[in-house]
Amino acid sequence: MTAALAEKGTPARMPAHDTPAPPAAAPPRRRKRERAFDDVPRWQIYLPLALYLLFTLVPFYWMLLFAVRPAGSTSLVPWPVTTEHFEKVWNERSFGVFFQNSMLVGVATLVATTVVALAGGYALARFDFRIKNGFMLALLCSQFIPGALMLVPLFEIFRNLQMINSLGSVVIAETVFQLPLSIILISGFIKNVPVSLEEAAWVDGCSRFRAFRAVVLPLLRPGLIAVGSFAFVHSWNHFLFALMFLSEQDKQTIPVGLNTLIGADSVDLGALAAGGVIAAVPVVIVFAFIQKWLITGFSAGAVKG
Amino acid sequence: MAQAAAVARQPRAGRRRTGAEPRRLPYLLIAPAGLLMLGFIAYPVLSVFYYSLQHYNVTKPWKNGYAGFDNFTRAFTEDPLFWSTLAFSAKWVVVEVTLQLALGLVLALLVNQTFVGRGIARALVFSPWAVSGVLTTTIWMLLYNPSTGLSRYLADVGIGAYGTSVLSDTGTVFWAAVLAELWRGVPFFAILILADLQSIPKDLYEAASVDGANRMRQFLHITLPHLKDAIILSTLLRAVWEFNNVDLLYTLTGGGPAGVTTTLPLMIANTGIEGHDFGYASALTTVAFVILLFCSILYLRLSKFGGDRR
Repeated sequence: MTAALAEKGTPARMPAHDTPAPPAAAPPRRRKRERAFDDVPRWQIYLPLALYLLFTLVPFYWMLLFAVRPAGSTSLVPWPVTTEHFEKVWNERSFGVFFQNSMLVGVATLVATTVVALAGGYALARFDFRIKNGFMLALLCSQFIPGALMLVPLFEIFRNLQMINSLGSVVIAETVFQLPLSIILISGFIKNVPVSLEEAAWVDGCSRFRAFRAVVLPLLRPGLIAVGSFAFVHSWNHFLFALMFLSEQDKQTIPVGLNTLIGADSVDLGALAAGGVIAAVPVVIVFAFIQKWLITGFSAGAVKG
Repeated sequence: MAQAAAVARQPRAGRRRTGAEPRRLPYLLIAPAGLLMLGFIAYPVLSVFYYSLQHYNVTKPWKNGYAGFDNFTRAFTEDPLFWSTLAFSAKWVVVEVTLQLALGLVLALLVNQTFVGRGIARALVFSPWAVSGVLTTTIWMLLYNPSTGLSRYLADVGIGAYGTSVLSDTGTVFWAAVLAELWRGVPFFAILILADLQSIPKDLYEAASVDGANRMRQFLHITLPHLKDAIILSTLLRAVWEFNNVDLLYTLTGGGPAGVTTTLPLMIANTGIEGHDFGYASALTTVAFVILLFCSILYLRLSKFGGDRR
């Protein structure tokens, strides 16, 4: 196991960090540099990290354990593995339906957020226009307005639009609350793409839109993936809008389904754990996929803004 | 030759595009975002302010109408829950954000080092970030369960006793909730700080170590100053988020036992959605809004954010 971990972890990361000193660097200086900021005693890294890993992974393990362990067992090793809990929540607790609804909401939010934020982000990154500062300010301010506190008026709006009990209401609400941060992030990414690249394409006869699509968009891919998965993960996990705007059971999403399991009078822990695993799988897959872009994405977009 | 012709022809076309079109183009581009935000953020905020001055209770339609500052007087002078809720909100935010920042900083510094297995270690320690709200609750409910949770196994090896429920004891529920929230909150800070750590030019450390600065001095004089802006921003965002977030406490403790873990947003959700008292809930929302605004401005002022940017 450890060998596998080691092999997986090293190749991608080591070269970037270990970029050797320029050939001119004299050996003693190089040794000193390495010791100064690269050579922490190994145990000072591994020991705290191991402790933190324990804190991170034990809860995950606990959920998995309950999900695949036969009811009534107290063993800490899940053997034999059973799928009874999964079958139960998927069929009887209609997690199959919830899963589908959550997927719909997640993907629709992802697409809407990315498209709208791309347009807005491009405007902020490439143009000067009169209300630009006002718009930026509005984006920042909206970060301080909590979704939970706006439930009442949002509920009224969707009632007037006759969108209560429609997944569309949740998609709109999730998208709106994802937008500000997404626009800020994307405009950061676009600023990192030199304008000269676009200008060169215009000179070659591209329209602004074609130049954007052919030159800028491919360079934005990592950033867009980060923003899009953000939107997906958030709307997948978010609970309150779905709870409040969707009252029919077959319209509900996974977090609401989980909550009904938590609130059940006689808590079926196996079912709860299995539901948790079903809820976790998509976000964990997305996360594993974007993890390496997330860090570069943040340093390019958010903090430097 | 064809190329030369194209270059000769294009600048005019190019100027037409960059000259005439962009006048309206940026407005067109921000229109979808702007309209969505006007309709679903600005308008709701204004209507919250409006409702806060109204008696607006769905279950008592005969009493609805203009209320003046009745709702606010009720919060500040009549409702004993209001002040305890406010105090808990403050305690929750301060404890959570401080611990998350401290642990997140340490974690980011750790996984910024070069070591065998770093990639996988990063993916693993950051993974709770993807999990949130109800899923966190689900996981920690299983751990905290009095008869089959961790306490049972700890009791087996002599720590604690059987059947203890940390979530129904007013003495332990706070730290139980804090721990669950830390579990998924620390990775957020760690990711943001790590992102900024990687943008520190390596030659700064090189120069410092040539000058004989030890690791501690390098941390204090290079790393920390460089991280300042990122720390300020992420702390502020996180504080607002921890204040506002309802998912975890709503599902983990439901604000209980005996209301000791009710935050202001939780109280708002309870009064507005479950109690149908939209007027009072809106007044509470207005109070929360003012508090957030005030604290944010104060924080940015105190930290002199933007004052001495590079």
